[in-house]
Amino acid sequence: MKQEVICIVCPRGCLLTVDSERDWAVSGNHCARGIAYGRAELQHPVRSLTTTVAISGAAIARAPVRSRGELPKETLPEVMAALRRCRLEAPVRRGDTVLADAAGSGVDIIVTRDLDRVTETEGEPA
Amino acid sequence: MHYDLIVIGCGVIGAAVARLASLRGLGVLVLEAAHDVSCGASKANSAILHAGFDPEPGTLMAEMNVRGVELYREICTDLDVPRLENGALVLGFDQADRAHLELLLERGRRNGVADLRIVGQEELRALEPGVSPEATAALYAPTSAIVDPWELTLAMTENAIANGARLELGARVTAIRLSGEPGGTFTVETEDGRSFTGRSIVNAAGVEAGRVHRLLGGSDWGSRPTRGEYYLLDKSAGSAARHTLFQCPTAAGKGVLVSPTVHGNLIVGPNAELLDDSHAVETTAAGLAEVAAAARRSLPALPLHENIRNFAGIRAACDVDDFIIAASPLDPAFINLAGIKSPGLSAAPAIAERALELLRAAGIRSADRPDAVRTRKRVRFRDLDLEERNRLIAADPAWGRIICRCETITEAEIVAAIHGPVPATSLDAVKRHAGAGMGRCQGGFCGPRVQALLARELGRRYNDICQHEPGSHIVLGPLGAETTEGGPS
Amino acid sequence: MIPCQNPDRLYDVIIVGAGPAGLAAALAAWEEGARDILICERAAEAGGILGQCIHNGFGLEIFREELTGPEYAGRYLDLLADTRVELLTDTMVIGIDGHETTELARGGRPGTMLHAPDCHRVRVTGSSLDCRDLRARAVILAMGCRERSRGGIALPGSRPSGILTAGAAQRYVNIEGWSVGRRVVILGSGDIGLIMARRLTLEGAQVLACVELLPWSGGLIRNIVQCLNDYDIPLLLGHTITAVHGRRRLEAVTVSAVDPRSRRPLPGTEQHYDCDTLLLSVGLIPENELTRAAGIPLDERTRGAIVDENMETATPGIFACGNVLHVHDLVDYVSAESGRTGRAAARYALSRKATPTPRSGSLMVLPAGELSYVVPQRLTRSGLARSQTLYGRVRRPMPEAYLVLESDGVVLARWKRERLAPGEMIRLNVPAAILQQAGGSLELRAEPAESATPDRHDVNRPAAMPPEN
Repeated sequence: MKQEVICIVCPRGCLLTVDSERDWAVSGNHCARGIAYGRAELQHPVRSLTTTVAISGAAIARAPVRSRGELPKETLPEVMAALRRCRLEAPVRRGDTVLADAAGSGVDIIVTRDLDRVTETEGEPA
Repeated sequence: MHYDLIVIGCGVIGAAVARLASLRGLGVLVLEAAHDVSCGASKANSAILHAGFDPEPGTLMAEMNVRGVELYREICTDLDVPRLENGALVLGFDQADRAHLELLLERGRRNGVADLRIVGQEELRALEPGVSPEATAALYAPTSAIVDPWELTLAMTENAIANGARLELGARVTAIRLSGEPGGTFTVETEDGRSFTGRSIVNAAGVEAGRVHRLLGGSDWGSRPTRGEYYLLDKSAGSAARHTLFQCPTAAGKGVLVSPTVHGNLIVGPNAELLDDSHAVETTAAGLAEVAAAARRSLPALPLHENIRNFAGIRAACDVDDFIIAASPLDPAFINLAGIKSPGLSAAPAIAERALELLRAAGIRSADRPDAVRTRKRVRFRDLDLEERNRLIAADPAWGRIICRCETITEAEIVAAIHGPVPATSLDAVKRHAGAGMGRCQGGFCGPRVQALLARELGRRYNDICQHEPGSHIVLGPLGAETTEGGPS
Repeated sequence: MIPCQNPDRLYDVIIVGAGPAGLAAALAAWEEGARDILICERAAEAGGILGQCIHNGFGLEIFREELTGPEYAGRYLDLLADTRVELLTDTMVIGIDGHETTELARGGRPGTMLHAPDCHRVRVTGSSLDCRDLRARAVILAMGCRERSRGGIALPGSRPSGILTAGAAQRYVNIEGWSVGRRVVILGSGDIGLIMARRLTLEGAQVLACVELLPWSGGLIRNIVQCLNDYDIPLLLGHTITAVHGRRRLEAVTVSAVDPRSRRPLPGTEQHYDCDTLLLSVGLIPENELTRAAGIPLDERTRGAIVDENMETATPGIFACGNVLHVHDLVDYVSAESGRTGRAAARYALSRKATPTPRSGSLMVLPAGELSYVVPQRLTRSGLARSQTLYGRVRRPMPEAYLVLESDGVVLARWKRERLAPGEMIRLNVPAAILQQAGGSLELRAEPAESATPDRHDVNRPAAMPPEN
């Protein structure tokens, strides 16, 4: 069976056709990454996750974080719930691990911004 | 505390009465239902000090208008309120209009308006280059002026407070009792259970004036709430018109105006729509379209794409076709100032004078206090030179921190507004009092920063700060604290 | 980067804004040899809007990998770490060469710039300096843009709280950690709106719909897929909001379909959405108050300054780049353009030239057809001798289109492009060989392929432009 999916790997947004009866053959792609995306999307879709985690002792209230790589799409709610329970303490550095092996996916969640320790915590929710 | 005078309502009328009464030594209490002053018709109007050619000669509207704008020359100087005599042009497009211009000219002369004359097309184009080529003549009123009605109401209220008046906000009057015979004591109760007593009352409650009079047992004057919708254009469009451009009334309506504001914006409106609800201040697609079409008749190249805000105001009109400035039939010391539609802003100080005369007749005597504070000054960073700015910054670094970038308003000015005689406790109040958020981004950038300053200065939680009235929260609570699980389906 | 060392000295380049444009311009100016460089930033930290753009999708062009906004800013801060570029934070620029934005704020009229001064004066005020003029040979304007607000679209209805721009919501949520609403409608399908639809959903809010006036979305198709489709959020194309309800907090909005041609609401199509939050993602406007106050001519199409190929404005020594010049689709292109600007500003400063660039030989490049603007708007005589990149946008989506460069009615070159959309910026490299043929005028036109005339100039198709498929 042929199915169409829009590639989200880059801003180009190619319309891919994936044939499940021909070993998930992909056409319509403009680059190799599109083949991988098309195959994955119909078998076990994955997504990057970007969100924030509460941090204290920094100039801002939330530290931005992302998944190092992609997570199975269906694990996102569970990972979000786990991150809601996390609380960081400044200082943090880009690449610091917030949550290892998120939801058993093997993927770590890491900090994406350097945040120094400040004495005043302006802007932090009470 | 037993007051000489309780003023109900702190729009421009109530503020003018409170100021004059306090200058004349009366002990004044002002009760305002909203959480800031200037929240009714005084907030949403055309901001014009009319020359006085429009009202029918012999009416209170004519008399108060002409006297009022004369008084404003001194008041605005004394109280540091921006006022600009930019002149008005009533545009005429055809023969019928021409006849109406003649009528207005005659009215104006009888009302005592100075320097009125009719100009032909050539002079009109010279005065106002962007005006429609269809406009063939105009009534020119060089004394017509523009003013900041928020600043005016605030300034008069602050001046009253400086002279001992007390202001209660969030004080909606729900009961008025008179003990004893006329000449006795009024007891006024508010919705939140407070009660105040005084020798006299001025009812300046705007669209609520009829309700307030009924609380005493009086009658109202019928209610004809008439909504007017507006556009406010960015300062980049402010030079599209130099004068206030009126139109002659037609069968379709009174005609909308296009005018610069004292801050350099362009104001466009209003239409006139009779409603049932005297608080229905929402704008409508139809109303705005009507205003846009009518205004383009005056100024074909009107840059409406520079719009930064729409708003609507309710005129406090009633079945009586004039201002009501009179003692209640029930008690001579209860003065009604009702049905104050246009030119109410222009007339306010004259109405205040008349109200005090009526109080005097009821035995509430007052005389100018020699020790009264007559002036009030507002420091605006943007108006200072470098030396003055740096003197302030040296004393308080908050004077150097710009919070509102569109209007160049500093942290110090916002803090001053929050702790001012009329405390600004919401984002909209800070906008009206200090100017932060009035500009083209409408608080998009400075909103969160003003919110943080409000929380810090008032000792409240950030998420308790409101846009205007209680309940108008801007953020709900800390992220994740009260949300449910979410995720892809 | 280091803090400001001596504010009284004469800088080579002062840059207004430490967002992606300002950082890239500073780095390029340093690399070009300028050594006295100062960035003035009104926020407490460098990075600009990137700090709140926590999602990924940045960096594919510049760094060849996909980064989040904070990571992208971090890369530039790393690159600047080894330089002695100075940074002055919490400092707002309020005027240039004696013309303050306060003149506009007071309703005054902009100034006029008559000559090229030996140096420009940049008036600042802030937490660490008093209000004073700083001096620089060259100034780069990199103030970015702001979001169109409710007034900009004359959205009718009441005025409750709970109506905010998507970017303001993004700041509340991603930086300050506040929940902005539980039931959300989004007006406008620009990328920020789409990104916020996903962001708020992940945080537990219910996003009821994304409403778009036009028959197409202004956002990237990947964002429609991963921000709306992934979460079953309906995209209502050809719809708009016709009323806002609620006195204190927002209670509901009315959504109506619009006539595809007139874009006026169709009576009888009203739908009621109970919601407590409305996000507006209805366009970005370059923030040019400083530019306007200084009397620098603006292009009414871009709402940014008119510049030449060096991104130099009509005032010699004042340059502009990034979203203050024209709104970009990708930050990578902001960085690229700003790099070009930083190098040009450094060259200007280092050559100590105090005479204006000769304008006599320069040509205006005018947009035509379906092209809504071209940047740079002007090419100098020396610019015409080199290959140049032109930027622009189309007015409507076109599956196949031609970009046609004409001079005095003669077609100089024609490029075929696929899938042009208003949401995506066009970048066109025009080889020197073609520009050298220009006569007295230049016009760049976009036209749909179906209406194009036979392609006799296809031979001119530059080899530098790879085929699009």
